[in-house]
Amino acid sequence: MKALSALCLLLVSLAAQAETPQQIRQAYSAEAAGQQAGFTASAKRGEAFFRQRFNQNDKMPACTSCHTDQPVNAGQHAITGKAIRPLAVAANAERFSDPAKVEKWFGRNCKEVVGRACTPGEKADFVAYMSEVR
Amino acid sequence: MKRLCLITLVAVALPAFADRLPLPADTPASFKTECGSCHLAYPPALLGAADWRRVMATLDKHFASDATVDTVQKQEISAFLEKHAGKSGTAPNVAGEPPRISKTARFVRKHDEIPARFWRDPRIKSAANCEACHTHAAAGRFSEHDIAIPELRE
Repeated sequence: MKALSALCLLLVSLAAQAETPQQIRQAYSAEAAGQQAGFTASAKRGEAFFRQRFNQNDKMPACTSCHTDQPVNAGQHAITGKAIRPLAVAANAERFSDPAKVEKWFGRNCKEVVGRACTPGEKADFVAYMSEVR
Repeated sequence: MKRLCLITLVAVALPAFADRLPLPADTPASFKTECGSCHLAYPPALLGAADWRRVMATLDKHFASDATVDTVQKQEISAFLEKHAGKSGTAPNVAGEPPRISKTARFVRKHDEIPARFWRDPRIKSAANCEACHTHAAAGRFSEHDIAIPELRE
């Protein structure tokens, strides 16, 4: 019985760790507001960022190079050809539910495609767009 | 005794002949998520231990990408790759610099009939993209009998 209760508690705490895109967006927004008073995430700015051509990388000039122009669609890695599941939450409920994973991929992809780390504001906008696009 | 050795040898060699290279049962989740998100989580037997050591030592410049992983994952993935690495004979010691699976003798021998234009075909894109042709590559099945590209099926 004790083991069962412990297991239940563990399952509850594990479930609590899965965050929503809304929570992740709020965390980045709060971080951005610390640098820029009155910051509010904007899906429109997020979309512009998603479509912007940074041209830092020949094979991956923009986010769209791998994720296509429509984030509800499946993408394809520009170099390896590996299939990439959609970025939009509407098409892939797993997206933006694990803060560590989100931070890792912003870290890698911003460095590679944008040519620098993304700002908290850019990340908040990006999450807003991916949460709302249909 | 000699016969037993022979049976054992045949049993060991068979999976290679059948082009079956499933991921070992003890494959860590970190290998699948870290290595398998940009390309197939390649079967570790496709390179030798020394090659994998070189791959893991240069992850910050991994085929023009920064594929750095944290220290704990690096240790876990390295240990796994070296444990299941190909022995000399199944994977060659010379795989180019940086080590490329597509430059190993086994890969070259298995793909020598593929015309160069197919490697540039948008459906394939890269020799890294095993799944473009080998439909069941993710399950470790590389048989030439179920190639996805019709023109390559003859």
